[in-house]
Amino acid sequence: MTVVEFTRLLEKEFEDIEEGTLIPSMNYREIPEFSSMHALILIALIDSEFDVLLNGEDLRSVNTIEELFNLVTERL
Amino acid sequence: MSVVKTSGVQIEAISACVPGKIVKTEDYPLFTKSELKFFQSGTGVKERRFADNNVCASDLCERAARAFFDSGITKPEEIGVIIFVTQSPDYILPASAILLQQRLQLGKNVLAFDINLGCSGYIYGLSVISSLMTASNIEKGLLLCGDVSSPSLSYEDKSVYPLFGDAGTATLLRKGEVESVFNLQTDGSGHASIIIPGGGTRNPVCSTTFEKKDFGNGIIRADRDLHLDGVEVFNFALREVKPNVTKVLETAGVEQDEVDYLIMHQANKLMNETVRKKMKFPEEKVPYSIDVYGNTSSASIPLTIAHCFTNEELSGKKKLLLSGFGVGYSWGSAIVQTDNLKVIPVIEFDE
Repeated sequence: MTVVEFTRLLEKEFEDIEEGTLIPSMNYREIPEFSSMHALILIALIDSEFDVLLNGEDLRSVNTIEELFNLVTERL
Repeated sequence: MSVVKTSGVQIEAISACVPGKIVKTEDYPLFTKSELKFFQSGTGVKERRFADNNVCASDLCERAARAFFDSGITKPEEIGVIIFVTQSPDYILPASAILLQQRLQLGKNVLAFDINLGCSGYIYGLSVISSLMTASNIEKGLLLCGDVSSPSLSYEDKSVYPLFGDAGTATLLRKGEVESVFNLQTDGSGHASIIIPGGGTRNPVCSTTFEKKDFGNGIIRADRDLHLDGVEVFNFALREVKPNVTKVLETAGVEQDEVDYLIMHQANKLMNETVRKKMKFPEEKVPYSIDVYGNTSSASIPLTIAHCFTNEELSGKKKLLLSGFGVGYSWGSAIVQTDNLKVIPVIEFDE
């Protein structure tokens, strides 16, 4: 999976976000209406798609969607 | 992992009691429209029940237990042990199970004590009462599991207030022919992830115990309120539940497809569904009650059974896989066999 595909996957998962709205350099916390529930959705998505389990420290250690993607792929 | 096997004790009946007051998630004014949508679709909680100020968890459990006597399933004098699993006892002391011995008019030869556990409490309680009965001449026992969490929820904490509900349950056990297997685990390093930090002896009640503080992200609470780190708890459940369940199945020599139902602690629907999918359990074998009762702590497994099943659906022999996980961290799973398990439909508490 590429970072662009990962970004499209997030758009699909978070609903109500039109395709192409998110870009890899965007801070994931600035995804429209981002809440604590979105963090759980992210963890569940990454666990099921990549079999990589993130914790709070992991999420705090990155800012952009691309950094998040890199963190995940480093653990594959 | 601590594996406990008990033989000759089985669950005979399950009953649950909830307060009559329904609190709907959609009526929570602190949620934006988007937060409401994601909260409801994520956690699955559409409504839950809140007890009135003067109603304790023991009152709900007492009512649930009385249903066994009222329906003629058993008699008070037949009960040899009563265990109350709660984190919201009537008093700091004495233990509420002792008060329940008197209120339910049980005999003086009854063993009675509380267990201070939440989400894993039903599994631990079942293992303890089954072990006691296996090793004694006690023919029947009552396991009561319940919490009134609502007084510990800060209204201004979006992470907990809309999630938890109040409920009490009763499970009647009797000597039988079956074997049960439990796998119990603990990791105290997660204690700060679900905690009420103030009001115990570590941080005694003082002038600031009930003072609200703003923690950002829609969380304003006091030290005496429940604190939940949702991300860490989510990570814990995804990491630990599946291996725990796998081990209990292996130890019991039960194949996953032999299990009739997997009944999980009703933590949060996204969490439970992610765990279910990891374990590849079919959707139709995993019932939910979180939509109408929320997260009800140790009551959630028996409450789900009482809410989702009729006597007909549980007639004959069934293999139930039960799994509870959360506060502590404490978690465990059990394989129990039932034979014509009696279920009393959920009772509304009526003062």
